[in-house]
Amino acid sequence: MFDKSADDGVLLRVKNLVIVSEGPDGDVVIVDDVSFEVRLGEVLCIVGESGSGKSLTMLAVMGLLPAGLRVDSGSIELRGRDLLKLSENELRAVRGREIGMIFQDPMTSMNPLRRVGSQLAEAVRLHQRGLSRRDALARVYELLRSVGVPQPETRAKAFPHQWSGGMRQRAMIAMATANDPVLLIADEPTTALDVTIQSQVMDSLASTREKIGSAMVLITHDLGLAAENASRIAIMYSGRLVETGDVADVFRQPGHAYTKGLLASVLTGSRERAYAIPGSPPSPRDRPGGCAFAPRCPLAQGRTRCQEEVPVLRPLANGTLAACHFAEELLANESMLELSS
Amino acid sequence: MLKFLIRRLVQAAATVLCVLTIAFFLGRASGKPGALLLTDGATAEQIDQLNETLGFNRPLLAQYVDFALGVFRGDFGSSYRNPSIPAIELVAERLPATVSLALTSFVIGVVLALAAALSIHVFRSRKLRALFIWGGSLRQSVPDFFFGVLAVLVFSVVLGALPSLGFTGPASYVLPVMTIATGQFVLYVRLLDSALTEQSSQDYVRTAYARGKSHGAVVATEMLPNALLPVMTMAGLNLAGLLGGAVIVEQVFAWPGVGEVLINAVSQRDFAIVQAGLLVVALMFVVVNIVVDVLYSVLDPRVRLS
Repeated sequence: MFDKSADDGVLLRVKNLVIVSEGPDGDVVIVDDVSFEVRLGEVLCIVGESGSGKSLTMLAVMGLLPAGLRVDSGSIELRGRDLLKLSENELRAVRGREIGMIFQDPMTSMNPLRRVGSQLAEAVRLHQRGLSRRDALARVYELLRSVGVPQPETRAKAFPHQWSGGMRQRAMIAMATANDPVLLIADEPTTALDVTIQSQVMDSLASTREKIGSAMVLITHDLGLAAENASRIAIMYSGRLVETGDVADVFRQPGHAYTKGLLASVLTGSRERAYAIPGSPPSPRDRPGGCAFAPRCPLAQGRTRCQEEVPVLRPLANGTLAACHFAEELLANESMLELSS
Repeated sequence: MLKFLIRRLVQAAATVLCVLTIAFFLGRASGKPGALLLTDGATAEQIDQLNETLGFNRPLLAQYVDFALGVFRGDFGSSYRNPSIPAIELVAERLPATVSLALTSFVIGVVLALAAALSIHVFRSRKLRALFIWGGSLRQSVPDFFFGVLAVLVFSVVLGALPSLGFTGPASYVLPVMTIATGQFVLYVRLLDSALTEQSSQDYVRTAYARGKSHGAVVATEMLPNALLPVMTMAGLNLAGLLGGAVIVEQVFAWPGVGEVLINAVSQRDFAIVQAGLLVVALMFVVVNIVVDVLYSVLDPRVRLS
């Protein structure tokens, strides 16, 4: 269903992933039939509102879903190997070695009782068993220096609370890239940081990624960050993928009304006011039948098909894949949102 | 650190002085001991005469000043039943028995609870949690004095395997230690289990898994040290309580400890011994509290002693 010619270059292939939340009244579908791929060395951005399932999708890739959530069906293949079929021990060899993950809040992402250097050295030694403590520390200093931490020898001896947020996130980048993983997952890596240091940390992440040549999935709700860093983009809404494609194509002419609304909600010099998509996203429990975006969509008003039939991703003339029954109308009428708002 | 210790020691001295003062006045408020020392047929004059000789008829404040001056010299007076030995010595000679019983029971109770809580979390087992908490609660719901008597019945009377009373050798520890340790077990299991559960959803735990760390190692080296912090305060208070004399258990097993001598002294209004005993209890509390504070600063780099 995707571009077959790129098959040999595919690093991660997520197919028909369904994640459910186990509740007393039965399972609730949180992530619904999500499929995407990440090619070797590329940056894929997953964009969506809070609760759209973007973080959970990537935690499922790591095998780190929180208690009460589980993968119901689908497959997650890393270099052709289904991660969902691996034992816990086999998964441990993947985590931190083949896939490195950077989390949102650097203030809480490190053990407050352990020295930063010791936590980083552990990341190195877990996957290089024979390495001595001294050699692991030397590697830690090298890693810290490469992500822009000055005087790593003295700083490594300090505890996390003695580090600033920006420096801690650099340390997290160093930890995630300690074993040259083939895939990096960065879950809103700059959201919790001061605006002034966000771009520094992002630069450090980008240059580290380029140096080791890994692919990256960048989870964000910041379209600007996506435009600057990603080659491809995937938009999620209410646990489903609604549009995916090259960043240039999606930004030039979005094929889904939700994407269009997101783009219009960004303040730019050419607009006086940011657009606000009317309404709010449904909770997974109350997700409407048919298209989840229908109640907020200008295209869907009065149309029963949108209420009854879940749209599937399909290729469009603009070069993207979008899950919308009436995408052609959106492509034909570029000023649709402005008219309806 | 040194500054902290000095300040805490000054505070401790003030606390102990307060406890002694309260003990002094509460004791005196309970009446004069003369009548208790004489036989039932003693006349009022005889009782008054004895109180006069022992100094209990003097103004309260004068008695207190004498007592306080004595405390500063390290003199806590002596029991009027046994005037040749200072009260503090009578209490001090009971101290080793109490301290050894308290420490052994405490360590065994905490170690059992640690093993239980860790196994619940390492195996992620609800069944183990139910087993330990139900079992422990069942034990805790039986009062120590009753459990102690049952233990004596089973192990000493029926099986004849263990000594039931007093201190006759290492085997004497088994029953009282078992009584105290199993009684406190569920308290620590609950505290540790809920602290570990809270830690398990913390971000740093997820980071540790993301490094490729095994579940057992995450529980033992990441979650446990963080979970110990909130448990330490409670454990400290419990230990201090035990060190001051496990009164009921010492009575049941006729354990030659501080608790036993203190109870007898209270019922006989033997003020000197009560005051010396309460000094020990107060000292135990302040010492354990200081140790807990120092432990906090050792375990948690965010805590600074100042």
